[in-house]
Amino acid sequence: MVTFKIDGKEIKAKEGQTVLDAATENNIEIPTLCVNESVLPYGACRLCMVDVTKGKRKRTVTSCAYEVAEGIEVDTKSEKVIKIRRMVIELLLARCPESEEIRQMAEKLGVTTTRFKPDEDGDACILCALCTRACREVVGKSAISLINRGTEREAALPFYDEADDCIACGSCVYICPTGAIKMEDKAGTRTISWPNCSQEFKLKACSACGFYFAPEKQLEFMAAESGVELEKLEICMSCRP
Amino acid sequence: MSELSAVKETISSILDRYDRDKSNLIAILQDVQAEYNYLPREAIAEVSQALDIPLSQVFSVATFFRAFSLKPRGRHSVHVCLGTACHVRGAASILQQMEKEMNVCCGDTTEDKKFTLEGVNCVGACALGPVVVVDGEYIGHVSVNKVKPLLENYD
Amino acid sequence: MNDKQQKLTSVAELEKKRQGLNKQRSSDAPMIAVCCGTGCQAYGGKKIADAFKEEIEKHGLGGKVEVKTTGCHGFCERGLLVVIRPQNYFYQRVRLEDVPEIVSETVIGGKPIERLLYESLATGEKIASEEEVPFYKKQVRLVFGDNGYIDPYEIDDYIAVGGYSAFSKVLSGMTPEQVIDEVRKAGLRGRGGGGFPADIKWQSSREAHGEPKYIICNCDEGDPGAFMDRSLMEGNPHAILEGMMIGAYAVGSSIAYIYIRNEYPLAVKNAYRAIQQAKDYGLLGKNILGSGFDLEIKINRGGGAFVCGESTALMASIEGKVGEPRPKYIHTSHKGLYNKPTVLNNVETWANVPLIINKGADWYSKIGTENSKGTKIFSLVGKINHTGLVEVPMGITLREIVYEIGGGIPGDKKFKAVQTGGPSGGCIPENLLDLPVDFDELTNAGSMMGSGAMIVMDEENCMVDIARYFLEFLEDESCGKCVPCREGLRRMREILDDITQGRGEESHLEMLEEMSEVINDGALCGLGQTAPNPVMTTLKYFRDEYKAHIQDKKCPAGVCKSLITYHIIEEKCTGCKLCVNACSYGAIEFMGKKTPVVLHQSECTKCGACKEVCKLKAIEIR
Repeated sequence: MVTFKIDGKEIKAKEGQTVLDAATENNIEIPTLCVNESVLPYGACRLCMVDVTKGKRKRTVTSCAYEVAEGIEVDTKSEKVIKIRRMVIELLLARCPESEEIRQMAEKLGVTTTRFKPDEDGDACILCALCTRACREVVGKSAISLINRGTEREAALPFYDEADDCIACGSCVYICPTGAIKMEDKAGTRTISWPNCSQEFKLKACSACGFYFAPEKQLEFMAAESGVELEKLEICMSCRP
Repeated sequence: MSELSAVKETISSILDRYDRDKSNLIAILQDVQAEYNYLPREAIAEVSQALDIPLSQVFSVATFFRAFSLKPRGRHSVHVCLGTACHVRGAASILQQMEKEMNVCCGDTTEDKKFTLEGVNCVGACALGPVVVVDGEYIGHVSVNKVKPLLENYD
Repeated sequence: MNDKQQKLTSVAELEKKRQGLNKQRSSDAPMIAVCCGTGCQAYGGKKIADAFKEEIEKHGLGGKVEVKTTGCHGFCERGLLVVIRPQNYFYQRVRLEDVPEIVSETVIGGKPIERLLYESLATGEKIASEEEVPFYKKQVRLVFGDNGYIDPYEIDDYIAVGGYSAFSKVLSGMTPEQVIDEVRKAGLRGRGGGGFPADIKWQSSREAHGEPKYIICNCDEGDPGAFMDRSLMEGNPHAILEGMMIGAYAVGSSIAYIYIRNEYPLAVKNAYRAIQQAKDYGLLGKNILGSGFDLEIKINRGGGAFVCGESTALMASIEGKVGEPRPKYIHTSHKGLYNKPTVLNNVETWANVPLIINKGADWYSKIGTENSKGTKIFSLVGKINHTGLVEVPMGITLREIVYEIGGGIPGDKKFKAVQTGGPSGGCIPENLLDLPVDFDELTNAGSMMGSGAMIVMDEENCMVDIARYFLEFLEDESCGKCVPCREGLRRMREILDDITQGRGEESHLEMLEEMSEVINDGALCGLGQTAPNPVMTTLKYFRDEYKAHIQDKKCPAGVCKSLITYHIIEEKCTGCKLCVNACSYGAIEFMGKKTPVVLHQSECTKCGACKEVCKLKAIEIR
């Protein structure tokens, strides 16, 4: 265990824990957009920045990636970090003018308008890479990735085309913080729409009740990964013994 | 031999040069591009499969680095250096003139597939600025008025 | 030259090899050193060298006069460069047709050819010898000097001038700790950008847990305007390998990488060749010179991304991934390449190492200023008479570099600024020209050393345009990972678009300052954090120019196309029609005698072709 201070309050945390985790455990709120406990820290949105004083050295770091250390002093509300957060959200407001989630976060940070010209073709994607990281780190598929670089960057399937690798599990949809990825199940078909491409997948009807309950490809993937026979997986949760 | 198996064979020989080592992905793609003058989709898919790297990851790398092109390129590659030394000596006007003469935007290939025009962020030949590199040959002290005659040297 | 070289198996064998080479070679044997660096290649390079060889044969001097194809000599402005040794006659702007005369007059006749000598800009006097040419006179060419003497393709050339003696000294009697201590005492700081002390990286990596440990040489010289690393890698690759070998020995590493930009084909080729030769000689591989030390050096070619100059992005790229930086809260010296301890230094830093070991830290630390030791190679480019690479002791003033070595500004134009440190650096105005150049002084002025690009600008360069240029460059090169860099730089560039296109508002300047501050504090990597520097320094030193664009809608330097117009000065125009023919947009019409030509503003794209061809200076920018 290490002892350190956040906003003047002394707290204890496990070694190797991030400042953000320790703060959250102690009910100290630090805003984030690109953090999710199921994937590794990435440090892209910069909202979670805090000032850290270690000995004589003071620096501004992302609390999602910075590990706690004995004796450090963390300031989550310094003038500098407030400035960064407000500018970041103002930039994102202009990038995603239609996103309700961004507007709410902005409001929370005390920003109501943006001085920048809103992007006309702006979608809700903030390029936080949660979808691509979940697909790689949690699902183990890497069907989707961030392509191009800089201002041209986008989250897309290879060649913007249908991807063999996608098992239609929907993890990217659930993890997206701004609702930029949409999913719809209708008449035995699941459609996932990413900002720049979409793909349709067949759903499997439960062999007992006939309800379309899961994508075929996901069941095949689960069978292959777990070694369980595919037929056993083709029964929906409510029909399973 | 079918086109696809020809691609497989070419890729295979490139991969062998690098002991099929995943960490050489960028070098492998460079060699693929040198072979085809661009990165054909089938070749990217083949590299992904042979090295067991997800297609999306290979696609990310292929679209991140400027050296790679996913579109077929022209017979001659024209690189206009846009480094600072060339910029202060008027590189922007050279590029503008190139675009006018070729009737393409920077980054594109002419309709007759003769030229691919690209800007490059410094080729490190600053004393020659403004510099244009055509098919690897450095041409120094280019001026707006020299653009047309320069392009006429190529067929 | 020596394909059947037997592996050298001990330090003594290496020294014997050196003695043998020096016995064959005499320092006053006639030699024609032909510069074949990339700059001089554009003027014929190898072709001219071949012509010399032919001419020598023709005169029956084959075997008596050596024609040496060397790396870059630095004075690229005057290419192609030829030096006739041992007299050291320095010939500039040599062309193919000069070859026979040089051989008959100088090599055989011993007399210099006036026409090819450098002419003093001040006095018009001809200067015959290399060391007297003002461009070279004030330089201290410790790292770069051998470039003019050796063929980078021949390891024997390097060995003959003392190459690999530092490495053999290390292997035959220095502990790794002693090596690191020597580098510490020498005060070697990284030449790639930040100026971080090399010994701290080495020490920390040596002590770090984890195997294997890696050594990396960064030759992804992306700073526009910088080409010293290219010239070193092209012209003296073995010096870099030797530095890496010593570093690897000190750190305890047996695998090293050189990461080279693919835009530098000659450097790539020479590096491959050098590694192969070093392997053949037993200087790389297993049990090097019988010492028990193993080292392998591999080459990785970059894919064209400026951000890969950043250490974590470079390492990601070596691992075959997208060049995206990651937070560096744990140093790469502990967790770098493949999460293992890694030491990364750039080309010039590695090339300094053999020098320190050979001559000693005491000697080395006498050169330079208190906290910046040794020399630094700068590329002096832009609006300067003597464009090229200059190696100077740290602490020299900008004025000395620009005016004494660089020969001042061409065409009697007025100096405006010198931009140092590439896109992470800043623009330094005239009143700071007496600034001593070292890591700390440049940082204090709001700029930085960076890799050593110095771009000189004159009154015809617009500082707002320059700031916009760098933002556009960085926007293009941003990896796009973090919001401040990806979104912020784009928005700053949009503001500068507005200002340079006549839509600027007073509030824009404050907004630029506010954004600069946030991006500096908030961006993920060094590229993003330093990206606002060109804007901040131009705002600080050249605010008037911004104001002229915003308030008067004028570009005082005559650069920003939306704010200028071209005009024909009737009194000077004779109707020669050169401009009419030069204009590809049909904007200039020939009218006949009274008003010879008319420029139609609506058709004019302001490309400047007319002004460029007009011999009478009858076209002006307003």
